[in-house]
Amino acid sequence: MDLVIARPEGLYCPPGDFYIDPWRPVDRAVITHGHGDHSRSGNRHYLTATPGAGILRSRLGQGIDLQTLPYGERLLHHGVTLSLHPAGHVLGSAQVRLEYQGQVWVASGDYKVEPDGTCAAFEPVRCHTFITESTFGLPIYRWPAQAEVFSDINAWWRANRDQGKASVLFCYAFGKAQRILHGLDEHIGPILVHGSVEPLNRVYREAGVYLPETLYVGDLPRNDPMLRQALVLAPPSAGGSTWMKRFGDYSDGFASGWMRLRGARRRRGVDRGFILSDHADWPGLLWAINASGAERVMVTHGSVNVLVRYLSEQGLDARGFVTEYGEEDDVPAAQADA
Amino acid sequence: MKAFAELYLRLDATTSSNAKLQALRDYFASAPAGDAAWAVYFLAGGRPRQLVPSRLLRELATEQAGLPEWLFEESYQAVGDLAEAISLLLPENPHGTDEGLAIWVEHHLLPLRGQPGEAVRERLPQLWSKLDRPSLMLCLKLVTGSFRVGVSKLLVTRALAQLAGLDAKRVAQRMVGYTDLSHRPVAASYLKLVAPESDDEHQQRGGQPYPFFLAHALQLPVEQFDSALGAVQDWQVEWKWDGIRAQVVKRDGQLWVWSRGEELITERFPELHSLAATLPDGVVIDGEILVWKPGGDGIAVQPFALLQQRLGRKTLGKKLLADAPVMLQAYDLLEWQGEDWRNRPQHERRRQLEHLLEQHPLAPLLLSPLLTGDSWADLARQREASRSLGVEGLMLKQREALYGVGRTKDMGLWWKWKIDPFSVDAVLIYAQRGHGRRASLYSDYTFAVWDGPPGAAQRTLVPFAKAYSGLSDEEMRKVDAVVRKTTIETFGPVRSVTPTLVFELGFEGIALSKRHKSGIAVRFPRMLRWRHDKTVEQADDLATLQALLG
Repeated sequence: MDLVIARPEGLYCPPGDFYIDPWRPVDRAVITHGHGDHSRSGNRHYLTATPGAGILRSRLGQGIDLQTLPYGERLLHHGVTLSLHPAGHVLGSAQVRLEYQGQVWVASGDYKVEPDGTCAAFEPVRCHTFITESTFGLPIYRWPAQAEVFSDINAWWRANRDQGKASVLFCYAFGKAQRILHGLDEHIGPILVHGSVEPLNRVYREAGVYLPETLYVGDLPRNDPMLRQALVLAPPSAGGSTWMKRFGDYSDGFASGWMRLRGARRRRGVDRGFILSDHADWPGLLWAINASGAERVMVTHGSVNVLVRYLSEQGLDARGFVTEYGEEDDVPAAQADA
Repeated sequence: MKAFAELYLRLDATTSSNAKLQALRDYFASAPAGDAAWAVYFLAGGRPRQLVPSRLLRELATEQAGLPEWLFEESYQAVGDLAEAISLLLPENPHGTDEGLAIWVEHHLLPLRGQPGEAVRERLPQLWSKLDRPSLMLCLKLVTGSFRVGVSKLLVTRALAQLAGLDAKRVAQRMVGYTDLSHRPVAASYLKLVAPESDDEHQQRGGQPYPFFLAHALQLPVEQFDSALGAVQDWQVEWKWDGIRAQVVKRDGQLWVWSRGEELITERFPELHSLAATLPDGVVIDGEILVWKPGGDGIAVQPFALLQQRLGRKTLGKKLLADAPVMLQAYDLLEWQGEDWRNRPQHERRRQLEHLLEQHPLAPLLLSPLLTGDSWADLARQREASRSLGVEGLMLKQREALYGVGRTKDMGLWWKWKIDPFSVDAVLIYAQRGHGRRASLYSDYTFAVWDGPPGAAQRTLVPFAKAYSGLSDEEMRKVDAVVRKTTIETFGPVRSVTPTLVFELGFEGIALSKRHKSGIAVRFPRMLRWRHDKTVEQADDLATLQALLG
């Protein structure tokens, strides 16, 4: 029996009668993480991993009917044993493990295999069937070590500071921004953030993640000399807006896995692309799939066809799942949260 | 190689000319002359012919990366650039060799050309394993002949001039012909570029042409010409010919013909060879090579398509020469009696050119006629005859203009005032991912028109043109999303889509063609705008195109 099937509302567990990250309102929704394409509003009842509660409430409203479950703890629902396990993607992100009549399925949501210190590290979970994402499902995507990327960001910031220029780094406000804050050298200069980043910083700090001191850009006068030494974290949507004018002469960068391609960086029109993703790269996907021990793999959002074909050639029973996740990943229009 | 790769990254990382200039200066200030010689060559647009066939390169890379062939192909399509794709797939050597650009080009890369496949198979992976990723990508770009980075020749010239303390025009003059295939850059050729000014500079130039002066596009309503350009009497007005821009150089009893790309094309145009005997020495004429044939009321210029046929051929047979004979429309005189005339005003050069052609009414030379009008509106009216005359519009040259270098504006101005392109409303039926900035975006499209009038039973869409430019980034992203949602079938990199999108396509020329399904070939097709207001049914049909054929 299939423990997860694709329905118009989203991925559905028939014996348990609940959905995983549904894209249309349903009664019971298990949420793998708080990014917009995975956690939508309007569901009657939510279940998510305990560390993700703050994020979900800040994004969907304090009043949602939310149940939380610590990582690894089991919950029995309609005969289905459900537990949540770290996915290493963003704070509170989880893989959903389902067990029913001896069959184990794991739905991974989005995941990253390299630990980054801002969320619980990815844990492989053994299963019969593994549902994997495929955002970066092509062998051209191989991430450099993050220490190397952070040292590049630091060097860029330092060089700009020495020239009296602000360093504006575009990144997704939830997850990527906090990971950058956690990883960079806070002694280079002041760190400023856009209004959409600060509320998420608060949630991370409350969850006990160390982030250096940040200032809200809007609190500074426009000609404050601090602007010329600062690193500024802003969502991609701020690029090209009047908000940018306050920085005068600045250098800009973009932090995303898509920056691995020269064309993607040039299309962004930024000075620097930093290859930093909260998704698994190609070797990471293959490692996680292998570590799950699954014989059957269901592939969602990203390079579905490529990964299905590749895994099939490796002797696995691989199929594609049509979902509405990761539209933001697939369509280069908003390659922001990767 | 590392230093040049670093320069490449710096140039690629910025859009600011000043930052690029600085990067170039930094590189040339410390590069050994042998490396610098090749760097100038590549940066100024020089490309050795492809060293290794792409097919072999793909096979080898697929093998080295340990991938199935289809996965290599998918990866390549996502990257949109072969050299970059390979560099992303091969294992990286984080250290990389310190050998310089000249050693790489001369000792490692150029010797690959013409080698049997087996030898290349053995050699290339050894070379790859020596390079860090930026150098590897660069090396692959040199091997495939696809090296390109956003610097103009002018910028390279300026960087060298600043470093050497020379006038940029002097460096530009010395650089003419530098990237011609016959020239192999060595340390001495670089040192010559940056050498101090010498007295016999003029004597040393052999058959070299002058750097071409280029026109800027004029896109203003004619009502604004008076305020933007001033009085019509201050301008020399000519037809804008649609041929091959060329300089004819006659010195020391010898003739050279150079194209705008600074390639020597003397051999391509035997019709011009008689000028070696008839033109006086020390003459350089700037003009346009065109196919002229009897037709209509006399002799008339023929469409560019005919000239293009000639360019495509390796050998020029008798029939081809008879079918597509060329002449030169002369419009400027750059050297007279061995003296550089570029710093004389346009009208003076023109007068001397007329004088020369009066004395030498030479068969392959025609004098590009001047147009006169008492107002810009009057000229606009005359311009309407462009299409029937087979020209692209008008050229406006300041009477006082000196002959500049490239697109400079400080020594005088040339404007090209082109006629509006042909246009039809066409339907997008296939899409392919693009290259470079458009990599992994569906940005290259095939367009079709209907093969019957509206209401005709069972009419179908016939493809007639491919276009990839003209859309804003925002529009391109929207089209990309539609393509992904409406895909019917995927064959290799191409997707066929349910026809839903209509675009106004513009093009410069139209001709009958046996090679196209529609029977029609258009020149420089591009998207003028997205016709959100039109349904697929309202797109144009073949009859519209045929009417444009005239």
